[in-house]
Amino acid sequence: MRKKRSNNIQGLTFMTPATLTASLFIVVPIAYAFFMMFFNINLLSGTRTFIGFDNFRKIIGDPRFWAALRNTSTYVAVVVPIQTSIALILAALLNSKVKFNRAFLTVMFIPTLTSSSAMTLIFMWLFNNNGLVVNQLEQLTGMRIHFLTNPDLALSVIMIMNIFSTVPHFMVVFLSGLQDIPTNLYEAAAIDGATKIRQFFHVTIPQLMPILFYVITMGVVGTFQIFDQAFILSGGTGGPQNSTLTFTLYIYQLAFTSNDMGRATAMSFILGVIIFTFTAIINKVMKADEMNG
Amino acid sequence: MKKDNQTLKIIVYTILILYSLLTLFPFAWSILTSFKSTAEIAGGGTFFPETVSTSGWQTLFDSQYTTWVRNSLVVALITTVLNVIFNTMAGYAFARIDFFGRKFLFSLMLLLIMIPAQVTMIPLYIVVSNLNLINTHWSIILTSMINIAYIFMMRQFFINFPKEVEEAASMDGLSTLGIFFKIVLPNAKPALATQAIFIFMGVWNEFMRPLLFISSPDLYMLTQGLNALSNQFRNITAWDIIMAGAIFSVIPIFMLFIFLNKYFIAANDRSVGGK
Repeated sequence: MRKKRSNNIQGLTFMTPATLTASLFIVVPIAYAFFMMFFNINLLSGTRTFIGFDNFRKIIGDPRFWAALRNTSTYVAVVVPIQTSIALILAALLNSKVKFNRAFLTVMFIPTLTSSSAMTLIFMWLFNNNGLVVNQLEQLTGMRIHFLTNPDLALSVIMIMNIFSTVPHFMVVFLSGLQDIPTNLYEAAAIDGATKIRQFFHVTIPQLMPILFYVITMGVVGTFQIFDQAFILSGGTGGPQNSTLTFTLYIYQLAFTSNDMGRATAMSFILGVIIFTFTAIINKVMKADEMNG
Repeated sequence: MKKDNQTLKIIVYTILILYSLLTLFPFAWSILTSFKSTAEIAGGGTFFPETVSTSGWQTLFDSQYTTWVRNSLVVALITTVLNVIFNTMAGYAFARIDFFGRKFLFSLMLLLIMIPAQVTMIPLYIVVSNLNLINTHWSIILTSMINIAYIFMMRQFFINFPKEVEEAASMDGLSTLGIFFKIVLPNAKPALATQAIFIFMGVWNEFMRPLLFISSPDLYMLTQGLNALSNQFRNITAWDIIMAGAIFSVIPIFMLFIFLNKYFIAANDRSVGGK
């Protein structure tokens, strides 16, 4: 009896910092969000007015919302498959008993260490109207392509940057998954006369399914929240012509440019629902696949 | 057959070498740029600097940049120490102590880790502002002093850690707190190092929290400062200053990576293991 009580005291003492921080800075904001999204909130005057679903109505009537939805969806649809494929291919190559694989790994890992802001500045300099990529492409094709000021191309610079900096992380994740695949599976396939390429598709991929699932989920969740790069590249405007306006940037603008905290929270709620729905769909599709495979 | 393997090998090495060069290229180009003069950059110029100029670096270190580096260093270090202590305590309690409410707290944490940070950022801003923490470094330290992913990592670590050592210490009359600080922590060094590295890197590289919470330039975190630097110098094409700032900001993390390489790669293994 005394043991039990002392366990309770010790356990709860050990949990106090984590519980307090999580409550104050995660649970309270979430609870607050459910209340805020139905109100019109003016931080300066401190007034709150209940407006029901008006925040949601205003968002759906806002062309900038649809621009953000289009940009973010395109972004996810382009970045996730490419980054997953490159990471998987590089991991498979590194796993194929190459010499110096530790050195390759170390070099390739560098972009993961770099902050989004430093990386964005480096890429802005590369793709600047006066930058190296533009100058080189002009020499090659004779055309002067202005990436950052062209609404059709600005987002693709952020996509390239995103792929460049997340590939190494997922590559290492795949690599550790590959090293866990029992070698006798490959030996059996080799005896059956399967080539290296066929082994990759018939042994490696099925065995990697759980990790592939993890990488795709993380990729989708991460790309849906893209903010830093779009903010820095456009100076917070989402320009040129809303072409780099992402969901999170739109939330930021609603909150801090339009000073409409209620509408910003409503938009955050929409983003949360979208992310959860997508994760659930991927979960369902890939789990079903795993059963069959 | 033998010949096939040979060509395959050449292809594999070619791809790996090309990708490594592609990885290094933007960084090399930025370093070279930081040593050019602004006039040379504006003129397009050659790949290597025509004349090596350190004026970009000088302007950088004469600006508020050094303050921003110090801010990031102090905030990241404090946050890291708090995280390592608090996450480890919570992970230990989850793994070892049978207390009232353990199941509930564990399920709560599992739920909270699924919620993307961006979704709660606006209400979080209001909470922080109600606590009068806006425009202080405490806003960053307090809101990021625990990390649920690392609580789970530590829980897993202690579940795999032999219980006998602690039982023997308990026999010798050590209290739970005594066991935790004298026996458990010293034995958990690799896990603590992994946590410390990734939390430090997380705070050092974080952009959104500082952007929301901090508004006076002398309190800026480094990432925010880089953004300010680019806004200030971009239009006069002083990319030498901007690139010097970007490159210098990577150096501390790069040093950690060189000296503690094994933790960086191993931690990725563990994050998958947890899924």
